Amino acid sequence: MATATELHFGIVVFPGTNCDTDAWHALHDGMGAPVDYIWHEDTDLTGFDCIILPGGFSYGDYLRTGAVARFSPVMGAVTDFAAKGGLLLGICNGFQILLEAGLLPGAMMRNVGQTFVCKYVNLRVEATDTPYTRAMEKGAVLRIPIAHGEGNYYADEATVEDLRRNHQIVFRYCAPDGQTTAEANPNGSLDNIAGICNRERNVMGMMPHPERCTDPILGSADGRLVWDSLLG
Amino acid sequence: MAMEPQMWRELGLADAEYQRIVDVIGREPSPTELAMFSVEWSEHCGYPRSRPLLGLLPKEGKYAARVKGEDAGGIEVAPGITILFKMESHNHPSQVEPFQGAATGVGGIIRDIFTMGARPIAVLDPLRFGELDEPLARYLFRRVVEGISFYGNCLGVPTVGGELRFEAPYGGNCLVNVMAIGIVETDKVATSRAVGEGNPVIIVGNSTGRDGIGGASILASHEFAEDEEKRPTVQIGDPFTEKCLIEACLEALETGAVIGLKDMGAAGITCTTCEMSAAGDHGMDIDLQKVPRREPGMEPWELMMSESQERMLLVAQKGREDEVLGIFRKWGLNAVTIGRVTGDGMLRVRDNGELVAELEAKTLADPPVYHLPAEEPDYYREVQSADLSQVPLPNDMNAVLRDLLASPNIAAAAWACHQYDHMVQTNTVVAPGADAAVLQLKGHRQGIAVTTDGNGRYCYLDPYVGAQLVLAEAARNLVCVGADPAGVTDCLNFGNPEKPDRFWQFKRCVEGLADASRAFGLPVVSGNVSFYNETPNTAVYPTPVLGVVGVLDDVRRHCTPGFKRAGDVIILLGETHEDLGGTEYLKRSHGQVTGRPPTLDLEREKKVQAACLRAVREGLAASAHDCSDGGLAVALAESCIHGRVGANVARRPPASSSQHPRRMLRASRRSRPTSARQPLCSAKSGATTS
Repeated sequence: MATATELHFGIVVFPGTNCDTDAWHALHDGMGAPVDYIWHEDTDLTGFDCIILPGGFSYGDYLRTGAVARFSPVMGAVTDFAAKGGLLLGICNGFQILLEAGLLPGAMMRNVGQTFVCKYVNLRVEATDTPYTRAMEKGAVLRIPIAHGEGNYYADEATVEDLRRNHQIVFRYCAPDGQTTAEANPNGSLDNIAGICNRERNVMGMMPHPERCTDPILGSADGRLVWDSLLG
Repeated sequence: MAMEPQMWRELGLADAEYQRIVDVIGREPSPTELAMFSVEWSEHCGYPRSRPLLGLLPKEGKYAARVKGEDAGGIEVAPGITILFKMESHNHPSQVEPFQGAATGVGGIIRDIFTMGARPIAVLDPLRFGELDEPLARYLFRRVVEGISFYGNCLGVPTVGGELRFEAPYGGNCLVNVMAIGIVETDKVATSRAVGEGNPVIIVGNSTGRDGIGGASILASHEFAEDEEKRPTVQIGDPFTEKCLIEACLEALETGAVIGLKDMGAAGITCTTCEMSAAGDHGMDIDLQKVPRREPGMEPWELMMSESQERMLLVAQKGREDEVLGIFRKWGLNAVTIGRVTGDGMLRVRDNGELVAELEAKTLADPPVYHLPAEEPDYYREVQSADLSQVPLPNDMNAVLRDLLASPNIAAAAWACHQYDHMVQTNTVVAPGADAAVLQLKGHRQGIAVTTDGNGRYCYLDPYVGAQLVLAEAARNLVCVGADPAGVTDCLNFGNPEKPDRFWQFKRCVEGLADASRAFGLPVVSGNVSFYNETPNTAVYPTPVLGVVGVLDDVRRHCTPGFKRAGDVIILLGETHEDLGGTEYLKRSHGQVTGRPPTLDLEREKKVQAACLRAVREGLAASAHDCSDGGLAVALAESCIHGRVGANVARRPPASSSQHPRRMLRASRRSRPTSARQPLCSAKSGATTS
């Protein structure tokens, strides 16, 4: 395993993925990290330390978000990679794919407002004992944008109770003052959930886009904290 | 078999047009040939009615411009970097089926960009509907926004701006315009020429179906008859295929094995085969049996006219076709060689071994030009001489301002903008809601700004001045964010040009735009004409919509409209006159659309804009905002709302809602510490307060 600062990132490209280059620029230009693309038909992930399933519309979101991508050849290798403790981050459509692949529990429904929503939201950091959040402070409020039509997280009560008990809820939508109000919830997500991790904490899914706010000229640099956590 | 008049009339051709075809080719056309002429000579594809006037528009300006016929044009914004852009309309399809109409409008204009080798980086959507209290207008508005969101978001091309306007004349014929912008290295701009005898002609992307047949020739080139069922003429969009097509085409162009590439929009295979051949001084011999299709039993004329979306025609280098085909297959797309380039300039179409069309490509690509009569409309004199001095002063100015701010033509467009992904590609430095969007160009100090503007009401009251006011406002929007206006694309939405009063509106608008573009030193690099935007009951206002791109020397030096902090000084640039004609105030408070639009002194306008641009570039301005709809009162309110601060301004002479051009509001960083408590008592300045 490489040391933290030498993390080699791999960004998976499915047909229809459209935030792959954004993640590449954030990591390459913004963080100076080594990063390469992985075509969805590749099955050899040797040499990568952190795999990113980026945002977009893999397979056009046809059938259901992430439902087709989970059958792409690369996903077998990604599942093995995660099982061996490899770092696996799903952003937006990537989170949806992780849910469909069963690498994280729960499912995404259509936003309660029935429309796509693209805007900056506030996120409260709920867990800092993950490789993705260790540079953050618990309870801190981050400004990171969302852009999705299906971000309304749902799981049955037992699963959500499990997530709470094991501190797997990593981010919650909140008001600027950190209150997790209904008004601050942009999509109707259960318990204002914006991001969760697996029990082993090496797999995380989040709907907001940290790669969209890595360079301050774009309005916020709070997304850097995710990369700082990984690279720190 | 002799042609029955019914056959050409059903294809939208007039008897005289049919005779012209017979004269030009020296015989009766075959049914397939007739169909090909009907689309290629339609107003939508060939511009036979508008071409004579479009020649007035300048092709050159202060930035190196690339202008080439009906393709996207562009300007070089940094050494070796060209920004290509074009605007188009999808009005008729959107009125018939708003979701798919708007969606395929986005798809079509994006193809215009990447067909030239440019990566699409932004889309803007200027939209016009009937008054929002009409259920039909609300339905169309909601579904059009959803269609844009559905298609644009999936492509991963940010929608960074546009307009929303609601006026009764658009009630029976909405205007759905869409502008796309792309970036390309100047020496890598791709061509759409077919050259090199024997080179393979390849169709890529979606298979061909019966959708959209007659969309261009019939739907977009005639008036709307409201009772007609035209839904089948609307195409169905598949943004996932388009996204793969973008990536595959750009990858194929990188290999150097592609000779020419052209998107299939209106008129599909007819348009691409004939126009690529004509542009390259070559011909083509194609076999329709090889075209991948969605259903069996399609007739040759149907295949030639189909407007199935997400298809391109590509000419590859002989011997390197496998390399090209492999890239499209990697992306899961059809790619089939359907013919070869020939040297004799003839377009030959075969089906089952039978020659179904044999025409000279240049003849087909060069429709006859019509010089239509223009006549001043009856209403013009009346509105020009309207006396607005008798308009009573309102009793409650606060109520007037509140009412203006509540107008759907002025209120924030967040409801729509939040449905558009405006951030993907991580270039959006200034998001929708400001005077113009600002985009960074990664790896370059320079940035670009872009805005779309139209004002049908002004153009209705005075088409010549109205068109100039639109360009002036677009340019003002750009200087307010700190960009130097550099190039224009126009989308000219008008009524039936065969009616002399409508054609007069078109003529005067084009003349006004041509003169103003010259005065500003701006080339019109690309454009689109949409005629026949009328129903038996109403015609739309004459509505030229302009998309203007500006250049920021340093993208970090930009401005936004919100006041930044208490104590800053507010400066009003320009002059204020009693210009009430065509204002939102006159319409809302007095129910009148009349008078002359604001007078425009182009030389003074240029000076005001130069001063504003310099103030932003030199960092003297903390914010800048253009006074447009709703005038100074609304501009001040918007700057306060954006900045979450208040403002104290003097009221001498009255801060009416006169929408005079040449006025810009700017808060200076060089504030005096006392100014918050001592507002400057001048009509031309004030101060922000907390």
